[in-house]
Amino acid sequence: MQFGIFSVGDVTPDPTTGRTPTERERIKAMVRIAQKAEEVGLDVFATGEHHNPPFVPSSPTTMLGYIAATTEKLILSTSTTLITTNDPVKIAEDYAMLQHLADGRVDLVMGRGNTGPVYPWFGQDIRQGIPLAVENYAMLHKLWREDVVDWEGKFRTPLQGFTATPRPLDGIPPFVWHGSIRSPEIAEQAAFYGDGFLHNHIFWPKEHTARMVQFYRQRFAHYGHGTAEQAIVGLGGQFFMRKNSQDAVKEFRPYFDNAPVYGHGPSLEEFSTQTPLTVGSPQQVIDRTLSFREYVGDYQRQSFLIDHAGLPLKTVLEQLDLLGEILPTLRSEFAARRAPGTPDAPTHASLLAKQQSLATVTE
Amino acid sequence: MTSLVVISAGLSQPSSTRLLADKLSSATVHQLAEVPEVTVLELRDLAQDITNNLLTGFPSGKLSAAVESVAKADAVIAVTPIFSASYSGLFKSFFDVLDPDALDGKPVLIGATGGSSRHSLALEHALRPLFSYLRAVVVPTAVYAASEDWASSGEGELSGRVQRAGGQLAALLNGSTGTTGAKDPFADVIPFADMLKAQGQ
Repeated sequence: MQFGIFSVGDVTPDPTTGRTPTERERIKAMVRIAQKAEEVGLDVFATGEHHNPPFVPSSPTTMLGYIAATTEKLILSTSTTLITTNDPVKIAEDYAMLQHLADGRVDLVMGRGNTGPVYPWFGQDIRQGIPLAVENYAMLHKLWREDVVDWEGKFRTPLQGFTATPRPLDGIPPFVWHGSIRSPEIAEQAAFYGDGFLHNHIFWPKEHTARMVQFYRQRFAHYGHGTAEQAIVGLGGQFFMRKNSQDAVKEFRPYFDNAPVYGHGPSLEEFSTQTPLTVGSPQQVIDRTLSFREYVGDYQRQSFLIDHAGLPLKTVLEQLDLLGEILPTLRSEFAARRAPGTPDAPTHASLLAKQQSLATVTE
Repeated sequence: MTSLVVISAGLSQPSSTRLLADKLSSATVHQLAEVPEVTVLELRDLAQDITNNLLTGFPSGKLSAAVESVAKADAVIAVTPIFSASYSGLFKSFFDVLDPDALDGKPVLIGATGGSSRHSLALEHALRPLFSYLRAVVVPTAVYAASEDWASSGEGELSGRVQRAGGQLAALLNGSTGTTGAKDPFADVIPFADMLKAQGQ
């Protein structure tokens, strides 16, 4: 099972000091957080993609390329890549390029984005959100798998004999997950292709996540990619840890109360009951995280959001130290509970090995 | 069993809005062929949860049960105090967090209270369009109770209007043929191959 972190990349004032980091500080902080993720033994770092303030990560592959150069093992991913407003040709090329630079340590999470005004900035229309996700991904899928592509769709100019360059590393496209909070169409899309499905998980009650994952698993089996239990599932998560749980609550409360997404609404206690947010001791975070598999089944990737709501870099790095400390327990406890035959999330190395073994069989 | 959900947005306790809601409810029940299951929702008790839902996008446990009871109801009675020439903000916020299909085709009886009879047409100018938008079947008689109406008596007065409105809702329910309301979003997802085909792929 993979453990990682994902960042939204928001520039938010620290509510305890009123200080807002500069864009440069925030961008450098994201890089430092990614490097620290590798140092504490995490498997994945994912960056969001946004094109409006107060967010900084508009150019994910620039950032991930830089991180790739300063890390060795970390898988670089997205949270999410806007499959609706990005030109699929550019996604195909940017991430293939990143694959080569990062020696295959790349995968992507596709998302639609829910900020209406972003669509027209990139020449699109939010009312076409789902059809754009369907068509653009169908095109991207082809561009990574066929050297010469003829293509005609509704949303962009046709391609005649086009080759996206560079070709994916070793001829293996990056593994793709599809992310959606509540659109069954996207779970259906992930199942159709046999891709992974990642649920954000952190903003809504667990019943929503369980329902979406269950639907994806059923459809994954329906399309013949394996059993429902073999479908590739990822979840988000959110915690704030201190050795003493009361210290965690006290320190995190002002950040929670003023957080951009849920601030000024339910109390920290209510939100912790209603959603997977865990604010407490390392043991509480372990116990809560282990409980996720009880409603989604054995899954492949657990990704945490730890650097939002104006938390200073120093605090985020301390959170990563604490996560590193509980990581061996999380790994062993998940492994002990895992049903035999549960697959791991595909990586470049595993997909390469599979390709080579298939080639051997064919010979 | 037929289920009737009564929604009161009254704020004071006791509340004349709740009193009107109860009168409309019993007038309806007495004119129904069978005794329904009646659920009363006091929006005051859900006020914080409604605000939280506006901010977080999902209903808490208590609000979730209330929202579900409306979606599953066979008929709804909705009563609000009139504030600043319209329904109260709390009343509107509750309908804002419902699934847009929750009232589709559902018989609804509307009522309102106010300090003066001069605001009675807010029922026709504000509440009725709201429920038309939500595709509810609103009964022709909407009942407004001003302070002075509580002392009235006789057929053309408050109690007469309550009886007439309750009778109209009961008539719709007695003749109703089945459930309406929000659909299961997972029930009819288009198979992906068809989605591709629809886009010419």
